[in-house]
Amino acid sequence: MIELTVNGTKRQVDVVPEMPLLWVLRDELGITSAKYGCGVAQCGACTVHIDGKAVRSCQSHIGEVAGKSVVTLEGLHNKDQNPVLQAWIAHQVPQCGYCQTGQIMQAISLLGSIPKPTDEQINQVMSGNLCRCGTYPRIRAAIHAAAANKMAEK
Amino acid sequence: MGHMQTLSRRAFVFGSAAVAGGIAFGAYSRAEAAAPSADGNPLAAGLGPNSVTFNPWVEISPDRITLIAQHADIGQGVGSVQPIMIAEEMDLDPGQFEIRFAEPSPAYFNTGFADEFAPFVAADQSPAAEEARAATLEWLRKSGLQMTGGSSTIPDTYHKLRVAGAVARETLKAAAAKRSGVAMADLRTQSGHVILPNGTKIAYVALAAEASKIPPVLDAQPRDPSSWRMLGKPMMRLDVRAKVMGELKFGIDLKTDGMLYASVKLNPGKGQPLKSYDASKAQSMPGVKKILEIKNGVAVIATNSWYAMKAADAIACEWAPSAYPAEQADHWKVLESSFKPEFLGKEWKKIGDIEGGLKTGKLVEAEYRAPYVAHQPLEPLNGIGLVTDKGMEIWVGHQSPRFVQWVAATAIGLKPEQVTFHNQWTGGSFGHRLEYENVRVLAEIANQMKGTPIKLVFSREEDFLQDIPRQIAIARHRGSIDKGKILAADLQLASTTPLKGLLERSGTPSKDPDGQLAAGLWNVYYDIPNFRATSYEAQGLSPSTTWRSVGASTSGFFTESFIDELIHAAGLDPMKARIAMCTVPHYRKVLETVAEMSDWKGPLGNGRGRGVAFVESFGTPVAEVVEVTATDRGIRIDRVWVAADVGKVIDPVNFENQVQGGVVWGLGHAMNCELTYSKGAAQQTNYNHHEAMRIYQCPVIEVRGLENDPKVRGVGEPPVPPAAPALANAIFAATGKRIREMPFNKFIDFV
Repeated sequence: MIELTVNGTKRQVDVVPEMPLLWVLRDELGITSAKYGCGVAQCGACTVHIDGKAVRSCQSHIGEVAGKSVVTLEGLHNKDQNPVLQAWIAHQVPQCGYCQTGQIMQAISLLGSIPKPTDEQINQVMSGNLCRCGTYPRIRAAIHAAAANKMAEK
Repeated sequence: MGHMQTLSRRAFVFGSAAVAGGIAFGAYSRAEAAAPSADGNPLAAGLGPNSVTFNPWVEISPDRITLIAQHADIGQGVGSVQPIMIAEEMDLDPGQFEIRFAEPSPAYFNTGFADEFAPFVAADQSPAAEEARAATLEWLRKSGLQMTGGSSTIPDTYHKLRVAGAVARETLKAAAAKRSGVAMADLRTQSGHVILPNGTKIAYVALAAEASKIPPVLDAQPRDPSSWRMLGKPMMRLDVRAKVMGELKFGIDLKTDGMLYASVKLNPGKGQPLKSYDASKAQSMPGVKKILEIKNGVAVIATNSWYAMKAADAIACEWAPSAYPAEQADHWKVLESSFKPEFLGKEWKKIGDIEGGLKTGKLVEAEYRAPYVAHQPLEPLNGIGLVTDKGMEIWVGHQSPRFVQWVAATAIGLKPEQVTFHNQWTGGSFGHRLEYENVRVLAEIANQMKGTPIKLVFSREEDFLQDIPRQIAIARHRGSIDKGKILAADLQLASTTPLKGLLERSGTPSKDPDGQLAAGLWNVYYDIPNFRATSYEAQGLSPSTTWRSVGASTSGFFTESFIDELIHAAGLDPMKARIAMCTVPHYRKVLETVAEMSDWKGPLGNGRGRGVAFVESFGTPVAEVVEVTATDRGIRIDRVWVAADVGKVIDPVNFENQVQGGVVWGLGHAMNCELTYSKGAAQQTNYNHHEAMRIYQCPVIEVRGLENDPKVRGVGEPPVPPAAPALANAIFAATGKRIREMPFNKFIDFV
């Protein structure tokens, strides 16, 4: 049995330690906001936070996540007030939406380290997240808007 | 569509009687009276007590209102705009109704294909063209073709869903009039209620039982757009919040009790069988329950998807060789030798004296190439299947519900009506979810696992390997310039056939020339006195299928690059010359608009360049200007301006998003994507080999929608075809280098 904390709750899973966190979340724990896109850290759709940092859950073996705290989009605090989620809705970013949970988790991490990113900084941090529908112009706008809202709160 | 050629010759037999539009209204309001016939209202059969359905799109029971989304949502937003078109007429607000995807039924045949399939260019609104379209519509009605694609959702539903809503509203008012004794004319509707003159409100759901007992008001008319509350105005897509909150369940997110997981390893020589396999290693891997042999490969049944994928990966297989050339170079050779009479698809258009024209003035010749390209939406192919003695149930996101029934049934010896299909929200398609790789193998697997629900997920690598790509094509164009004008253009291409292939795999093969090879080739609206457009259909190559914008995705690049070459050879300005040559007034307006948006003033200099391209596809004319800078690190795409005329912009925010996405799609794949074969298998198996555009390369994209076209048009695909030629033309303007083959990164670096 491997024990980890997911969205504030202790969970135990009986799987091999090499199994990626992504598949533990999806198939063993029924948490589906983290998406399978590529399996090789090329698309970012599986992005979650481990101990507060954005990581690709397809590359995190569950054995190494044992004892750590995992937060998926479902587990974000106070979702209705979250400036990133609000901006994503206000700008109607999603088309198919499949990559967006990963984009959002990456964007939250970005704004955590750079509160008011430039386009260049957005490019650097967000380029690992593919969007096949091509919502990049809206992702960019939503990140700027979320940054502005966050600043306004302070 | 090719096989409509035969039909068009019968156009005048059907005449204009078909114009009414193929909407099955009203005859099904009483569950007990409505036998669920093949062409009736499919909602009637499942109706509960005290419930009513007015047509195949509206169902009201005592506790809920359900609006049916006929077209599949592949990310283009139609899961939202379809119910909103009904809700607009019914005076329903978002949140007052549920959305359900349509089941397979001929009642959901796609009227929107009438224009694309009839053999006339979109700008041709002549009586003969309209009669052919009317006849095509009759054929569509008879065939019951239920398919999402060809940017046809809005053209198909714009009228019929608003009428469906109006019929529901007026019938509910009639029921309220009967109950209250108030004349119908004195009733109004608001927010899901009929409102009496004294202010009393009666909820629609409370009227369902009574509405089922009266004849529906079939002559109800949709309202004038000037009175719209939601349509045509910036509105919130109904799926946005659930997608942002991570709450929307895609097909891949579903789970059922007792379910087991499956993954597959299939012959990468597409369509060919398995010869032998060795699963000794896989058998003992963690979580593995069973290993199954299927027609073209092996499947692993396991306790989760990852175990299944790992084990499938560990199976050694021997495959029958591909039916197409093993090596990519030989695919090109086949194309090169396909410009011969025996491979003629069709001479689509001939104007003037083409040979004479080519002999006059200065001759310009160029060869262009477009490779196979993969679709690869981010949600990999998947599905849940359950086979019992009664038949099969399948949960999968797909654009052709009735063909899913046929494919699944055919794979395991059932009748199509024994397959129950549940459509799902999908994580993109771009043409991928018109094909059946997952459907067919899921049927085979579930059939061998009778009684157990099986969830199949393709690994990304397997999805790439089984992706039936966009057509590969070579164009050999010739033209002539005389006295500063384009005198002749002889456009010829050899290509694999995307639509013919899809039709064949859908169980409806056609012998007619593939009409998609004419798209972007014959619908050229420039005043060129001597013009010819000819397609050749290469044989024996990789199966090919529809890829966002289909034929025009390659022909648009060929035609608009070549036109640009002719314009430059004539010493003209690319924008001014196109505007001057454009023969359709409201198409010219599209070019003038993009010129104004981009403030086009000719060459920029200093390593910067602009290119323009104009392509009409699926009836929607789109003009794009791309601006690039040649930097030390390669070409940087700075800005794009897009003007598109769709007749009516129904959902403005989503319209902009779709257009921007189409541009990103067109540019990204032109820059760096191709699918090549070696040893019969695709060499690109993940996004690092087939990347397209990432955010750091994404330019600012400014969009304007025009509403001058006499018809309401779609916009999912039309922004794609002009993107590649506009980029190539911009690179030429910036560097003097003419790139005639996609992907462009074979010839130039991008930042």
